[in-house]
Amino acid sequence: MSVNEEGSQGAIRRRSWRDIDLRAVAPFVALALLLLVGALVNPNFISINNLANVATRSAFIAIIAVGATFVISSGDLDLSVGAMVAFIASLMILFMNSGVIADPVLMLLAAVLFTIVAGALCGLANGLITTVGKIEPFIATLGTMGIYRGLTTWLSQGGAITLKEPELQEIYRPAYFGTIFGLPVPIVVILAVTAVAAFILYRTRYGRHVVAVGSNRDVARYSGISVNRVRTVAFVIQGLCVAAAVLLYVPRLGSTSATTGILWELQAITAVVVGGTALKGGAGRVWGTICGAFILELVGNIMLLSNFISEYLIGAIQGAIIIIAMLVQRSLVRKS
Amino acid sequence: MTTEVVDGAPVVLSARRISKSFSGVQVLFSVDFELRQGEIHALMGENGAGKSTLVKILSGFEQPTSGEILLDGQSVKLPANGAAEALGIVIIHQEFNLAEHLTVTESLFLGREVTRFGVLDRKFMRAETRRVLDLLGSHVDENAMIGSLSIAEKQMVEIAKAISRDARVVFMDEPTAVLSREETNFLFRLVRKLRDKGTSFVFVSHKLDEVMELTDRVTVLRDGQWIKTSPTSILDGEAIAQLMVGRELSSLYPAKSEPDFDEEVVLRVSSVSTGYVRDASFEVRRGEILGFSGMIGSGRTELMEAIVGLRPRVSGEVLVRGQPVSSGDVHAVNKAGLAYMTKDRKAKGLLLNAGMMANLTLQSLGRHSRLGYLDPGSEEAALVKARRRFDIRVRDDKIVAGRMSGGNQQKLLLAKVMETDPGIIIIDEPTRGIDVGTKQQIYHFISALARDGRSIIVVSSEMPEVIGLCSRVVVMREGHIAGILEGDEISEQEIMRYAAGLKRKTAA
Repeated sequence: MSVNEEGSQGAIRRRSWRDIDLRAVAPFVALALLLLVGALVNPNFISINNLANVATRSAFIAIIAVGATFVISSGDLDLSVGAMVAFIASLMILFMNSGVIADPVLMLLAAVLFTIVAGALCGLANGLITTVGKIEPFIATLGTMGIYRGLTTWLSQGGAITLKEPELQEIYRPAYFGTIFGLPVPIVVILAVTAVAAFILYRTRYGRHVVAVGSNRDVARYSGISVNRVRTVAFVIQGLCVAAAVLLYVPRLGSTSATTGILWELQAITAVVVGGTALKGGAGRVWGTICGAFILELVGNIMLLSNFISEYLIGAIQGAIIIIAMLVQRSLVRKS
Repeated sequence: MTTEVVDGAPVVLSARRISKSFSGVQVLFSVDFELRQGEIHALMGENGAGKSTLVKILSGFEQPTSGEILLDGQSVKLPANGAAEALGIVIIHQEFNLAEHLTVTESLFLGREVTRFGVLDRKFMRAETRRVLDLLGSHVDENAMIGSLSIAEKQMVEIAKAISRDARVVFMDEPTAVLSREETNFLFRLVRKLRDKGTSFVFVSHKLDEVMELTDRVTVLRDGQWIKTSPTSILDGEAIAQLMVGRELSSLYPAKSEPDFDEEVVLRVSSVSTGYVRDASFEVRRGEILGFSGMIGSGRTELMEAIVGLRPRVSGEVLVRGQPVSSGDVHAVNKAGLAYMTKDRKAKGLLLNAGMMANLTLQSLGRHSRLGYLDPGSEEAALVKARRRFDIRVRDDKIVAGRMSGGNQQKLLLAKVMETDPGIIIIDEPTRGIDVGTKQQIYHFISALARDGRSIIVVSSEMPEVIGLCSRVVVMREGHIAGILEGDEISEQEIMRYAAGLKRKTAA
């Protein structure tokens, strides 16, 4: 007896190449192609040293983009991340310069804690303005972008904020320049942050709720999910990721200015989109995001090593990449 | 062709030996179909029988894999994406294609605006819109925003749009699914009037009584095959149902079982008011199936959403097993054992881009997690169990919900709600837009749940459904409970009297 068309076709379909979701694979294919191109352009490119360098330099964007994956998957957008990096990094340095704690190790630990709390609060502000204030995330975070950036300029009085204490600098330095089991610390941090994020997104109730809220808020609401809480928490996660990036950024230069983190929001969102996360929400791919961040840095690296294109064009190239990624993503929507 | 001899009216549009496959799966097998000038032709079949695909092919939205389409006897290749409208072939979708922010006039002339010297001729377009609406006997204001119209009025605008484009062939996909009886009658009068002027209609519907009432001929499809085309007058509802299912339909509704008089009252709603609903009170006993009837817009869904916390209550109290539940907290209400199943499975019930498992467990992830960590094994087990229990059949285990048939979506939604293991389930329109076979199954599921000691509230615009399933029926009218009927009082006429305001009694 066949009631349904589907029923009469009951046999289990053979697994075939069709079952592979092209959108999930595409960023890794792009990465492989890019490595190939790089190797052809300059033989030094493919060396472990160079690649480890590229990965290390991609850390800031990669970590911020992991947070952006949550915000974007839940159907929102955070434009304030670049300004937030500058603001929180400035706050951190000012805190360390204040000398409220004499012991440098204790001081550093307090500063780390302070930074994490500051990141969470900045994210919370974005989340509450968007959800409680019922303001489009695009506008809300455009506003906070201006605020965070403006506060940074004010704190630095238009100049730079520099870490003064040499002793602190010395203890803190390995957080960016050190290695763990031969791997540069930033790479270890990327992997750790991504692994935690992937666990949250794919293996927890909250992660499932993020994707549900991103793909259809009504369905989520009718399923008893507190939509605004899920969205706000995603912004807080973004804030925490920004804080993590700041913790790597400060030991690298020991200084911030009003131009710190300029256009990082573009790079973070590009990394997310290149990684295969749908900008309209509903599908998060954390590892794809990391791949996207790496691709962005690789493109810059190839431009430096080759002499075809001026490296001053890098912003333009990154802008073009996000547009191309969107076009590719749309054409890869599965048409089974 | 195997159809009856063509007598009288010429054939406008016909399909010969149409086959269609989607990525290797054949859904239509050499189907024949013909539509005469000035006839209303019903296209019937269960979900998945291939009706929608045939309609899409005949309106140019899909191209057949093989076979040909003839327009006025000439073989044609219909242009894609609605461009067939220029040939007079119009499709009125189940979900309307109207932009909420346009006015009625703007919608009617969308894409073919009339201009004078390059400037929009608003006056002419408004007058023309009024003319068409008057022709249809509709009171819809030509300057009204689409977003402010009721569903029936939106449908009217769609029809006006079709007429203003000189449609010769109009496809209507489940047009009455969202209409009340009165609105349906109005629509039918209109369709007959247009038919008499020579327009041809293809009427896709699951409602046998409406097909019997309205149509001139019926074509039945089953499993992608043409089964029969015949004048409606020589068939009866039972015969059509049998052709569709291909087997005898034993009783559509399971035997009713009434709860004992002294059964525990599990849900007590007292004097609940929202913006529209006023002072609604009723109670449900353990194991009872309580029906909610009334016109579209009588406030049934609003009341139910207020009860389960999806909508704030202005006043009133809801007691689940004697415990009050707070207003506006869906999660707490779910926890108390009260669940609501939406009538809008596509927009509010299921994540159409997600697979069956993500949908099934979305509302009950707590049951599959330890310290927030989700156990995939436990979820998979739940899916296997739910698919067996609710007979969810799919071709491909990884299918996304949006590609499942309406009947399977509805079963999945029911399974999802049941995953929270509620003692009281409110089911809003349990069988909207699904085929007879699946309807019967859903009725049996509901009945089995009641026998299991759960209480069910069935909100339905299909009166036979309420009458066939429920031991008591609450009738709502304009935000009030007009009456609660029991036993012999439950009949179409009696429900109608309360729903139309001819009779009313206060809640018992």
